[in-house]
Amino acid sequence: MSTCRILILFAHPALEKSRIQRQLIKAAQGIEAVTVHDLYEAYPSFQINIQAEQKLLLDHDLIVFQHPFYWYSSPAILKEWQDVVLEYGFAYGHKGTALHGKQFLSAISTGGGQQAYRREGNNHFTIREFLAPFEQTARLCGMEYLPPFVVQEVYQLSKEAIAGHAKHYRQTLLELRDGTLNREQLRQRQHLNEEFAYHA
Amino acid sequence: MHEHDIFFQAFIYLLAAVLTVPLAQRLGLGSVLGYLMAGVVIGPFGLKLVGQEGADVMHFAEFGVVMMLFLVGLELQPSLLWRLRVPILGLGGLQVVGTALVSGAIGLLFGLPWQTALVVGLIFAMSSTAIVLQTLNEKGLLKTEAGQSAFSVLLFQDISVIPILAILPLLALQRSAVMSPEASALQPWQQTLLVIGLVGGIVLAGRFLMRPVFRLIASTGLREVFTATALLLVIGVALAVKAAGLSPALGTFVAGVVLADSEYRHELESDIEPFKGLLLGLFFIAVGAGINFTILFQSPLLIIGLVLALALVKFLVLLGLGRFFKLAWDQSLLFAFALAQGGEFAFVLFSFTTQNKILTPQIAEPLVVVVALSMVFTPLLIIIYERFVQPRFQSQGEERESDDIDENENPVIIAGFGRFGQIVGRLLIANRWRVTVLDISSSQIDTLRRFGYKVFYGDASRLDLLHAAGAAQAKLFVVAVDDREKTLEIVDLVQKHFPHLKILARAIDRRHAYELIRRNVEVIERETFGSALEMGVEALKLLGVRSFRARRVAQLFKLNDEHLLYEMAHVEADDQAIAARSRQNREELERLLQTDDHELVHEIDRAWDVSDLVRDGTGKVPSDNAE
Repeated sequence: MSTCRILILFAHPALEKSRIQRQLIKAAQGIEAVTVHDLYEAYPSFQINIQAEQKLLLDHDLIVFQHPFYWYSSPAILKEWQDVVLEYGFAYGHKGTALHGKQFLSAISTGGGQQAYRREGNNHFTIREFLAPFEQTARLCGMEYLPPFVVQEVYQLSKEAIAGHAKHYRQTLLELRDGTLNREQLRQRQHLNEEFAYHA
Repeated sequence: MHEHDIFFQAFIYLLAAVLTVPLAQRLGLGSVLGYLMAGVVIGPFGLKLVGQEGADVMHFAEFGVVMMLFLVGLELQPSLLWRLRVPILGLGGLQVVGTALVSGAIGLLFGLPWQTALVVGLIFAMSSTAIVLQTLNEKGLLKTEAGQSAFSVLLFQDISVIPILAILPLLALQRSAVMSPEASALQPWQQTLLVIGLVGGIVLAGRFLMRPVFRLIASTGLREVFTATALLLVIGVALAVKAAGLSPALGTFVAGVVLADSEYRHELESDIEPFKGLLLGLFFIAVGAGINFTILFQSPLLIIGLVLALALVKFLVLLGLGRFFKLAWDQSLLFAFALAQGGEFAFVLFSFTTQNKILTPQIAEPLVVVVALSMVFTPLLIIIYERFVQPRFQSQGEERESDDIDENENPVIIAGFGRFGQIVGRLLIANRWRVTVLDISSSQIDTLRRFGYKVFYGDASRLDLLHAAGAAQAKLFVVAVDDREKTLEIVDLVQKHFPHLKILARAIDRRHAYELIRRNVEVIERETFGSALEMGVEALKLLGVRSFRARRVAQLFKLNDEHLLYEMAHVEADDQAIAARSRQNREELERLLQTDDHELVHEIDRAWDVSDLVRDGTGKVPSDNAE
């Protein structure tokens, strides 16, 4: 299988204050065939260049939404991006087949832990349930939805633990790029990095 | 005839300097050594081009040291001086006492009476402010920890000359002949009061008198009158202090410190700098010319032995103190290498002691040669440090230096602080960036300083002023003046001399912007474009366009227009000479109007557009997008 070109659409409105996301995005930088696109840096006034964004999508095979989990969803600019870039006739609709066959991945960080994201927990729903709009968006655009890469309890993580997650994120991106992950095993998982996350 | 002599002398001195200094510089020896060599070459023991008047020249040239101390004072805000109080008193005091005692003890071993030994020890404790500061500054070492410590010690030595002059007569062997020339008529408490009164006077005058005077002079816009005022200030202070029997260098240093946080600091710096440089050069030449080689040739071993002993004693005392005051090894070594020589105050003290029969000429004369020679070797010692000692500590040294720059220099310089520059500056300052501001309107400066802005008076198209404002250490240079020619002049100057600076320039209009674009200025903002665009947005809103859409259209308009601006800047460069200016302006407007701004609106219409959805009516349509 040929190299899978990865596009990371990164959204963090205050990166200078971030602990985990800054390390994750740093880990993703400088990998061959991986493009990091920092949306808040590129469009500080939310004026998204639709043509340029669509061209980027066409040039890549795996689209990653990387962001902190705000109000059970993405920061505002990523929603804006979906609204204007995933046009009818491009991303969906009977002529909108530009994204067919591509893959989609959410890479997110949450303040709450595993216990909070279940029926008995504070957040009542699971991460996968909250991510349903993203999953369905991918499906509507004809993309394969991968289990999300999730780093949790980010306020309690030590520096070493953060560095470990960042290293694992880079490793995962490399494996996705080279196609060395077992697809069947992947689909069984709730989270892409669940083994690492709970045994680290 | 006499005038002819003066010109001939000036010719000789200047020629010697012009020939040797660049040569020394090229050989990596530094300018100080070049001047000293020039002095030896033209002196009585070289080509004999200058002779008896050497001492007079030296006396005149000592004023260079006075000016240097004034400039050093200008660089030192009172707060920084306060922070240096421990090194000045502790390090400086221990250095003087330690060196005096150790050298004195060696003197005792050679059979000198203890009084004479102590006098020689005190005199040897002095180092050369002129040579050390000039050499360290030239090599960019003054802002290192060692440089600051050396400066503190030198400052203490300058101050200590006053009490030393008072103590020396007590150490005379024949008490009867002694008379202290300055303090003769005064009791010690009167002397103290005089010092306090004088320093207080300088501080008050600097605070309340000089600023209005400078403001008045600056408002005339005559540069040479400002220079004259600056010189007048330095000479006046020096004379007043000298009349009171104190060190003129110390007086002008205080005056410098008082003016260090005035708005005229950079202007004063750049005005006095060339005079200081020339006089200091003259001083070094005079030192070189004044070395008595007869004594050296009579007893070379004794003299050279003494030079080595002097350097070694001072070096060891300094190194010990450096370590004791917790300097790193490399810094302690630099500190010790830099100060291990005799100083110009030694000449003053030796002549004072022989006049007052505290020392006999038989002792003093060889020691004068020793001090002079040790001064000549200082630049060499620093070169040895740089070549052989520092490389061993390389990585440490580099880190420390960049820290120091971050701490002392502002990363942003704004030239022009009127309607435009103020907004840029306020935004930066609100975000806690330190900004140095240059402006030529003195009334403006006054108001701004009252609100706590660091604003300096001066014309930003002057290279010396840019140096003084710290352009070499800054990162960004904002040109916000409202004169189109001046803007270009400043941009050219900055690009030529400070290529590391990123320039952000205010363009008066489109044509001015072209000029700036062709100079590859990093950021160009047309002064009225942003606000006109805002007004366009407001107009659209009043016409019933929803504000979000109005803003999006305006942003796209801006992007398109800027793209066009850059394109046209280069087109215009080709046929620049052909058409007259007015015609060009008209054509330009036509070209602008021809570009289809309507396309913009189509672009905006694409987002959130549902017309295709409505038309298709079929297929997989998410329900929430259907309306």
